Amino acid sequence: MKAEGYSALHEFWINLRTIPNHVYRAMFRGGAPKTDRTRSSFIFGNVFLHLHSVRTHLWSLRWSTTMGLGIITTAAFLITLITGILLMFYYKPYPEVAYQSMKDIHFIVPTGRFMRNIHRWAANVMVIAVILHMARAFYTAAYRNPREFNWFIGWGLLVTTLGLSFTGYLLPWDQLAYWAITIGANIAQSPREITDAIGITEWFDIGGLQREILLGSDKVGEEALIRFYLLHVMILPLALVMLMAVHFWRIRKDGGLAKPNDADERVADEAKEFYPVFTDAPAKTYHLAAVVKGKTPAVGSGPEHTVPSMPHLFYAELGVLMLTTLICVGLAFISDAPLKELANPLVPENPAKAPWYFLGLQEIVSFSAFMGGIGIPMLCVIGLGLIPFLDREKEGTGEWFGGPGGWKLVKWSLVVGFVSSIAVEAFAIRFGWLREWFPDIPQLFITFINPGTVLTLIYAVFSIWAVRRYNSTRAGALALFTCFLCGFIVLTVIGTYFRGPNWDFYWSPSSWPGH
Amino acid sequence: MTTKAEEKKSRFDPEPMPRRDFLGIAALGSMAAAFGLSILGMLKLPKAAVSASLAKKFNVALPDTLAEGEAFIPPGRNVAVFRDGEGVFAISTVCTHLGCIVKTSVNGFDCPCHGSGFTKDGTVRKGPAPKPLPWLKVSNNGGMITVDEDSKVKSGTKV
Repeated sequence: MKAEGYSALHEFWINLRTIPNHVYRAMFRGGAPKTDRTRSSFIFGNVFLHLHSVRTHLWSLRWSTTMGLGIITTAAFLITLITGILLMFYYKPYPEVAYQSMKDIHFIVPTGRFMRNIHRWAANVMVIAVILHMARAFYTAAYRNPREFNWFIGWGLLVTTLGLSFTGYLLPWDQLAYWAITIGANIAQSPREITDAIGITEWFDIGGLQREILLGSDKVGEEALIRFYLLHVMILPLALVMLMAVHFWRIRKDGGLAKPNDADERVADEAKEFYPVFTDAPAKTYHLAAVVKGKTPAVGSGPEHTVPSMPHLFYAELGVLMLTTLICVGLAFISDAPLKELANPLVPENPAKAPWYFLGLQEIVSFSAFMGGIGIPMLCVIGLGLIPFLDREKEGTGEWFGGPGGWKLVKWSLVVGFVSSIAVEAFAIRFGWLREWFPDIPQLFITFINPGTVLTLIYAVFSIWAVRRYNSTRAGALALFTCFLCGFIVLTVIGTYFRGPNWDFYWSPSSWPGH
Repeated sequence: MTTKAEEKKSRFDPEPMPRRDFLGIAALGSMAAAFGLSILGMLKLPKAAVSASLAKKFNVALPDTLAEGEAFIPPGRNVAVFRDGEGVFAISTVCTHLGCIVKTSVNGFDCPCHGSGFTKDGTVRKGPAPKPLPWLKVSNNGGMITVDEDSKVKSGTKV
């Protein structure tokens, strides 16, 4: 239908000329995001941005609340995603060909080596950040009602992140990759240690089944490589993205980040600088109020002490994104990702080391494959997931080291954790373990009594003491989490720096014998 | 399934389920069963009936110069073949701990990955290995020795 006074052809000409303007207005329906009001409508009208709430509490914007760790993890993931897609242009997942294509990426492809370095460093940053992010959520007691489910999702993200790193480790098909994955796959098989000891492997071989499903064969070969590739570039990233979407969305739905009860008073001075929007706390949530029964966590809290997410929160997020990129690119300039000789199934790398974050596991695996590789890790993983359901106290939510015991208890837990871990390890390194003293000892004794289980027991006893001393489940959680964190650090450092050929103890890699 | 008022016995008797509810639940149930069964079927896929690998049975020609107690490693195999006065025997060189390849040494076998040690007959000497190195079935095949990596024999079995 043509407008009055113009011919249809003339109107077409006008339409053609105003296309840019029109597209712009179609995109920003509420007008350009220039005022608080239009910015708000911009945020909730945008599928990506609406994962944020329109206004953000000043407490959440404080550096000390989150230290930006969640955004660092997300940023590192985005960097691995982009560089990973670029690497897929050249990478070919077939034994030997894979190694040749890695060499091509390293030596021939323009910026190939650089992209691979960034990919590898961003993956490392992501692992560190996701662990620290978890520690932050734990120490600020942010896992409590109503955020239990989001802790659970975060737990899934941690496991998926480690899975992504582990599957990526095989792809270069060099000696490092081949033997790390051989060890990993045999850890999956290690329930045989138990089934063998009680003599039921013939009928119930769960370990062998796990290994076969993982490798698709009885050895690390072409089947294993394509499986790890599929997991690394398709299944796990998809799972990660889905979990991330739920994780972010739940932050909003659970009422923003965890805050102490008196957060409003504590940010009152900062809040004076901002223009208040409206001051009556809504009795219902803004939308769906007529349809949905029950309350969401946002009900009853007004927008006081909040600032518009755009620009305040977005600037903070972009700042962290840039910082993360800078760190990854900087490290990629300084240090090359390793590429050793072509994988040789006949001669193991000596020492054969997994990625650094698994070296703590490798250290306890060197006493018992099953307990170190499956028993204790499963205990940690299940325990971590259940934290919000085991500690349901209210005191200290949103505070660093909040709850009974507080920083003083954490300090003592650090001492107990570090001293006991170092002492047990030092003892085992200096004096050996059961088999050195009693050569004929049955395997079940070694499986159940080894430095890993002894340390777990010490941590558990200390935590039970903490529960009784402070009469609080939170105190027990603080003690246990801190102890396991110390154990993880000590074992990882020993596995990384103090273990050499034949997994013998050396004060430094420079004293390794030539081999 | 309508019931007349006078036929109702007691309010504690369960009311008959309306036909629509029954059909709805049956439909949902059969859908769930179909999904469940197809997922179970799909789960069979990742485990192949036959795995791609080298033949486990192979022939070896032992060199005449092989001394007693000296290991002969057939090329490309993770097996050590020995010959002594009593006969020929083969020991797997795959560590029973986490699958690294052990090296022969003066003490027997040593694993480079986590420090497991085995004596010359494969018994665990030190470290985390849960089981001794298995002895493999060998047979004389007209001058050649046939080793079967799939069949384990009691340690001490020499041919």
